[in-house]
Order: sequence, then structure tokens, then C-alpha cells
Amino acid sequence: MKSICFYFQVHQPFRLKTYRFFDIGTNHFYFDDYRNRYIMRRIADKCYLPMNNLLLDLIKEFGTAFKVSFSLSGTVIDQFENFAPDVLDSYIKLAETGCVEFLAETYSHSLSSLKSEEEFNRQVEAQTKKVKHYFKKAPTTFRNTELIYSDEIGAMVAKMGFKTMLTEGAKHVLGWKSPNYMYCNAINPKLNVLLKNFRLSDDIAFRFSQQSWNGWPLTTEKFVDWIQATHWTQETINLFMDYETFGEHQWKETGIFEFMRALPNQVFTRSNFGFYTPSELSEKIQPKAAVYVPHPISWADEERDLTAWLGNDLQDDAFNKLYDLEFKVKNTDDEQIQLDWKYLQTSDHFYYMCTKWFSDGDVHKYFNPFNSPYEAYINYMNILSDFIIRLNDMHPVNRVELAEKPEPSEKPVAKKSVKSVPSSKKAPVKKAKAVKTEKAKPVKKEKVKTAKTSKGSLKDVMKMNKTGLQKLLKDIDVKTVYFALADADSKVKKSIITHLGKLQLKEYNKLLSENIPYTDGDIVKARKILQARIDNLIS
Amino acid sequence: MKVLMFGWEFPPHITGGLGTACFGLTKGLLKNGVEVLFVVPRSYGDEDQQAIRLINASDVSIDFTNKAYQEYWKQLTYIEVGSNLIPYVGEEEFEKMTSENLLDKTEEHSGVFSKQYVFSGKYGKNLMEEVTRYALVASTIAGSQQFDVIHAHDWLTYPAGMTAKKVSGKPLVVHMHATEFDRSGENINQNVYDIERKGMEAADAVITVSNYTRDIVIDRYGINPAKVFTVHNAVEHSSSDADMVIKRNVKEKVVTFLGRVTFQKGPDYFVEAAKRVIEKDKNVRFVMAGSGDMLHRMILRVAQLGISTHFHFTGFLQGEEVDKMFLLSDVYVMPSVSEPFGISPLEAMRSNVPVVISKQSGVSEVLKYALKIDFWDIDAMADAIYGLLHYDALSVMFRKHGKAEVENLKWDSASSKIKDVYYKVVH
Repeated sequence: MKSICFYFQVHQPFRLKTYRFFDIGTNHFYFDDYRNRYIMRRIADKCYLPMNNLLLDLIKEFGTAFKVSFSLSGTVIDQFENFAPDVLDSYIKLAETGCVEFLAETYSHSLSSLKSEEEFNRQVEAQTKKVKHYFKKAPTTFRNTELIYSDEIGAMVAKMGFKTMLTEGAKHVLGWKSPNYMYCNAINPKLNVLLKNFRLSDDIAFRFSQQSWNGWPLTTEKFVDWIQATHWTQETINLFMDYETFGEHQWKETGIFEFMRALPNQVFTRSNFGFYTPSELSEKIQPKAAVYVPHPISWADEERDLTAWLGNDLQDDAFNKLYDLEFKVKNTDDEQIQLDWKYLQTSDHFYYMCTKWFSDGDVHKYFNPFNSPYEAYINYMNILSDFIIRLNDMHPVNRVELAEKPEPSEKPVAKKSVKSVPSSKKAPVKKAKAVKTEKAKPVKKEKVKTAKTSKGSLKDVMKMNKTGLQKLLKDIDVKTVYFALADADSKVKKSIITHLGKLQLKEYNKLLSENIPYTDGDIVKARKILQARIDNLIS
Repeated sequence: MKVLMFGWEFPPHITGGLGTACFGLTKGLLKNGVEVLFVVPRSYGDEDQQAIRLINASDVSIDFTNKAYQEYWKQLTYIEVGSNLIPYVGEEEFEKMTSENLLDKTEEHSGVFSKQYVFSGKYGKNLMEEVTRYALVASTIAGSQQFDVIHAHDWLTYPAGMTAKKVSGKPLVVHMHATEFDRSGENINQNVYDIERKGMEAADAVITVSNYTRDIVIDRYGINPAKVFTVHNAVEHSSSDADMVIKRNVKEKVVTFLGRVTFQKGPDYFVEAAKRVIEKDKNVRFVMAGSGDMLHRMILRVAQLGISTHFHFTGFLQGEEVDKMFLLSDVYVMPSVSEPFGISPLEAMRSNVPVVISKQSGVSEVLKYALKIDFWDIDAMADAIYGLLHYDALSVMFRKHGKAEVENLKWDSASSKIKDVYYKVVH
């Protein structure tokens, strides 16, 4: 039997409240509880509860023949806990049927996969823990924020032990290929990749109630015939969509619930398709080929790229300033800091800063609590400014900034030794406030040491004068500089960047803006080259 | 297509934005192939006449023996007007004008069969009287010239436009650059309001400089929406945009208000916002450039708030001083309570200064690269200023795109829309 694979994204951000600059340093609460509760309650009543009940009924009716999958962000689960425990209960009921697969993602629906592997891992770990806690099963399939995917991200996901990952069947990636097969990751073929059939998915998610669409009104007969009409060799139709499609984006009055209620029966009677979850598919079918995605894609907008979240000056600035804090945050064992750090990473905050929709802002305004991207940016930066003050209060500047950024690849080791070695930078140690200060020093020393031995610190450039630096950088390959500085100490970064030639700087900025991916290997190699040049000059 | 246009001022003799706007749109019309007969009271002789044929209203003879004229003479009545009505003028300007009017009082040269009127050409104490005389002259011009449509700018010329329409039977278009509510808030001058309303009612089409003004015209004057068209103003692209280099004497960031210090420009909100910013950040200086009837109150308020070491008043600025002020500024704020259009933020943006503008302005309808706030929302205004000063990505973005955005607001395209309105009323 061929497969229909339903996957629903369930996410709500912790929206920020109006936070003025004069609140900086005085008010440390950032979230609009009232609005968040209001929206959660509204969507719970219009979508989550009725739709969960509908799915539960269908599962009761068809037994194991009807299956769906969900990805719940950690933030939405937090909101269920706080504002809508009834929704959480109904998800638990769905989980108990065994016909629903829950996927892994980042805790705060963040863009961390584009910036920091370590933070990415941390967030995925936190979310899977939460999913396992409630639904009693550890996820084996991964779904990144807004289906963001690239070869590199897939490789990271494979490294974490996931078997399957979902993403968009973007036209510019697939070309003539069909999304209706299983693919695998280009770097690590062990990872299966399922691609969204965006035409059929969007027929439900976006066009269902669009009267100007020639497919309107969409009946289950019509839809199943379209599915049945796909080429006979094709194996799976992946219907991925926002769960809020049901009852929120498409109102109850459009007949969306009736459509879903009638769909399984139509599928069973009119076609040779059945319903499968992603993890079942990865057992059932074999990947046909590798899918090559050198630049990240997503399921957003016509472009299917990252420009809804990153790319304009505001977004990039906010994003970079946020992740500049990563190291400091990790050395803080304050629970509130850890939580705020997570929530501030939520991709929605950057989405609100998008300037793409000046002309046709309607759809996006609906989701956007701010009147303009500028207000979203200023508000976010005000909050970030306060967050930085809190961080600095906990970490006198010299204590933190002296240390090198830790080596991401050593992370698994550190993780395993959490219990025995108190110096682990991982996992904020709760209830350890009293011993915090004693602990801090050994942590620092060790980190400096490991960092030096692992990647090379390039600290020597700090000793060099202007002409020395200029000599060092003359005719150097800018890509080497880019890799070498990838996660270097900010002072080292500054002294090198400020001495780059005009053209070099331009190229460097270009690399930066393109967000060219790199591995630890690249960094080590580049630093070796640079260090060799430094040694040459110094001696 | 030939248009008979009634204005009140024309460069270089301008007291407000009206003259500049008239000049820009006239040039645009000529480029669009429209002929313009522009009537202004009193020609100084040094107006830029490259583009248009200027008819000096003062040089038009009015023949008493002409029956048509006598008929209009009967229909016109003088309205005495309170001296508080002096639109568009700053304090100094007001003094200059009133003294000028004393010396240079509107005169009547009597001849045997004709009278020639001399107009002061500026808004003054005898404003209503002059408005009415202007209408008289209009009837003569309308009777002797050939044209297809009449276009009258702001209420001062509406009686002239109406008279011309009656004499010639040609359609009338009136242009609302500002309403009485923009000038006076809720304390409107009833005489002016009546002239505005009558003018718009008599007109075949009304052009407003923004949707904001269009709404006022419809809601407050009860004008039929079907004949009200918005044509946003544009900016004149002066060729003397050479990069002026200026040395900054202060190391602090500078936030500027530039305009008449009067109720409708919202200077008081600017002062209150300044207080909030200075409390948090001492590295900012605020400048209020301009003059007006609220200036003394503002100085007093700044003293009261104890921010006078960071808040400066320059008085009235002109020409190059304005350019210099922009060059010294890091943020430009236009907190207008009611602004039909508002050209000054465009000038700031052209000088690469990021702007904060009130939503109660027409210009906010055409700008993307600007922060827009409600004039009364002091917290939001302060936050916008603070954001522009502290979070560089924002000012970088505004500088990158703002200038191009302004340069895309061309009189040519605005005038082509005006031409469309002409065709609507002619056919």
C-alpha cells in the first residue's frame, strides 16, 4: 500500500510585551502573558481541542489504519502547561492510541541550527526530554523549525542519532525530481529525508477556502483522486502543515473539519493508499537517492528560504547579538536566565522584523503583534539589552571574556562526565547557587587550556602591532580568515578584522552574510595556517 | 489641456509649503503636456518664469463699466476676520508682515474707468479683504483668457476659483493642501471653514495631499467621497545637493525638531519625549529649531524638567542653516498633531537622517523607511528615538534605503495624477 504521511506543526511563541528602553535594567519580565494566554486559549478552543477530538474519533473508528504525526515545540508545551492543560491531556490521549508519532525539534522553535551546533543539540535534547516525559516515547524522527534544512543540518541531526528528518520539497532543490519518494542526506546517507508535497499540502493549508482557486470547493473525492493520480511508482505523499490550519487559518465554517473527518474513508475506498508515520516509512521504504541542499531551505513563502527570519540588517543584527551571548549564558546556572535565553531564541521574534512584506503584509500582519518590523526590532533589542545587563551582573566581564569559546565537538564527552567532573559547562546546575563562586574558577582555567590545545587560540595577534598585523594579513585567503575567526574570541576577531584590506573586508563580509557553513576541521586548519604565519612573523 | 491656476504665493516669495508645492506640481504638469496660466497676487518680478506664464493679478485692470464685473461685485461680501488668523507663518515672519502691511498697505489706484488693485501678496491682517479682491480679479481674468479647467490652491483662492467658474462655465478643481483643522485644531475660524466647504462643494473635484486629509474633507466637511482624490505631494530635487561637509562640535548624538513651534506641530510632545531619553542616556542632545507662539512655553517646560543642559533652541532657521541642521542631526522627529502632508522629513531623509514621524501626517502614508508613532504616545516616541540612537542596524537600514525612497517621490508622477483628475472633470 502506498502512503499518505500527515505531519502537523504545533507551535506558539512566547510573544514579547511592549518593553521600553526605560525598562532596561529595572524590569526583567519580558513576555506578554495576557496576550499569550488569550491567543493560546482562543486557538485551543478553535483548533487544538476540536481537531484532537476529531483525530481521536478517527483513530477509534479505523484503528491502526489511521495515523498522523505531530511536532510540538517546547514553548507550546510550556504554554499548554500554563494556559491550557486540557489540550495537553488530549495530546496524551492521542499518544496512548499508539497511532500518533511525536517528532523531535528545538525547544523554542529556534534558528539555532544555523548558528551553533552546541545550542542546537541542547535545545533538541530539552525538547525530546519533554516529549518523552509526556508521551512516554523518545522521538526518532526530527523536524527542524519551519522545516529548515541543509546538508549540514541533516548531518548534525544524524549525529544526534535521529533516523529520519522532514523538510520542504522545494522546487529549486528538487528540480525535476518528485517529493513523493524517500531521500537521504547528502553527507550522512543514514539519515532518511522526507519531503513535503507542497502542492497537495497547500491545497489544504492555504487554498482550501480560496474561492478564486479553480480547485475550489475542495472535496475529499477530488483530493483523493489527485493523490491517486500520482505516478504509480511514487511511494509517499507527505502532507505537512501547520496544525492551526484546522479551525484557525481555515475557519470551522469553511468545512475543514468535515473534510478531515471524511478523508480517511475516501482514501480507503477510492485509492490504494494508507496512512503512515515518518518512522514507519523509514522502516517501510528505501531512500531512492541523496538530496543535495547546500544552502538552507525552509517551507516559508514563495522563496522557500530563510529570508522570513534572517537577511535584513535588523534581523541579522538581533540574531548575531543574541548568539554572541551563548557562551556567557552557558556559564550561568540561573534558571530564569536559561529560560529567557530559550524563549528569546524563538524564530517568531525574527519573523516579526521581516521587511519583505511592505506591500502585501496582510497574511503576516495577522500573526504579528507589532505594527512595523522596526518596532519589533527596537522592542527586541531593548529586551536583549536588559538580558545582557543581567548576564553581566552574574559574570563580571573579565571573568567570562577571558576564556575562549569552548570546543563544540568535545561536548559529548563533557556531557557524559557531568556527574563526575563538576567543571562541565553544560547543564546549568540547579540549586547550586551557594557553591557557584567556588566552581567558577576551575571551570575557566580548564576551558582556556582545552580551547588552546584543541583549536588554537590565535591570542598572539593581540601582541602584534599594526604593521605586524597588516603583514600577517597581506594576500591571505579571506576564507581562511573567515574560518579561523568563526568562533574566535571577540578581541582576537576585532584586531584581525580591523586590519583587513578594503577588498578583503568586503569579501569577508560577503562570506559572513552568506553564512557559509564550516566544520571544526575547517576552523582548526585555518587557525593552523594563521598561527604558522604568526610564528613566522614573530620569530 | 490648459489650466487656469490660482495660487497665493510662488517661489521665491514663499511663506509656507504651498508655494513650493505649487511650483513643483506646475512644472510637473508642463512636463505632462498641460498648459498653465498661474495667477498669483502681486508679482515681484523675480519669480522663476522658465516654466510658466505668470499673470500678475495686480496688473489686471478691472473695468467698472463691465456689467459682468458689477454683478460679481454685488455678490461679494466682505467678511471681517480676527487677526489671530495668520496661517503658515512663524513669529518673526508675522512681525515682519504686519509691519510691512502698515507701510505697504493695500492700495487702490483709481482711474476714470478702471481700478487697478495692488495686493500685498502675503497673508496679513486684511486677509479676507484681499481674498475677496482676488476673487474679483479672477472674474476678469476668467473672462479674458482661454482655458479648459480651473485649479485653485487652498481656501485663499477658492473664492477666486468659484468666481472664475461662474464667469467661464469651466470645471473647477480645488486643492486642499491644509484644512482649517490642521491649522487651528478644534478652535477653527468659522469664516475660513465656510469658505473651504463652499469651495469644495462648488468644485467638480477636490484634490487632497493625503488620505489623512481626504478623511478630514469627507468627515468634517461632508464632501462627497466620489469627487475627492488623493494626490500625494512630491519633493523638488534641487541640483545643489552637493555634499556639504560640516564639523560637529559636540560628541553627543543630536535629535532634532525643525518647524514652527506651534500647537499643530506637537513641540510639547517632543520635549516630554526628550526628558525620557535624557533620563536614561546623557549622551544625547535635543534641538528645537524654529519659532512660533509656543516657543516660550517650551523653553519654560525644558527648564521645569531640568534638562536645559541637553536641550537647545536655535530660533528660526532658513536656507543653508536648515541644511546644516540636518547634517548635524542623528535623528529627525516630526511629532505633528495634524499634518496634511509634511515635507520636512523628506528633506531630512535626503540628508541621510533617519526620521520619526507621527501617524497623524500625510507623509507617513508614502514612507516605509521611517518610524511612525502616534503624536501623543510619548513613550513610543522616546523609544523610537532611543532605538535609532542605540541599535545601529536600524539607522544603517534607514540610511541605506531612505534617500532612494524620497527620490522616488516625483512631481512628474504626482502631476500626471492631477492631469487624470482634470480629464475626469472636463469630460
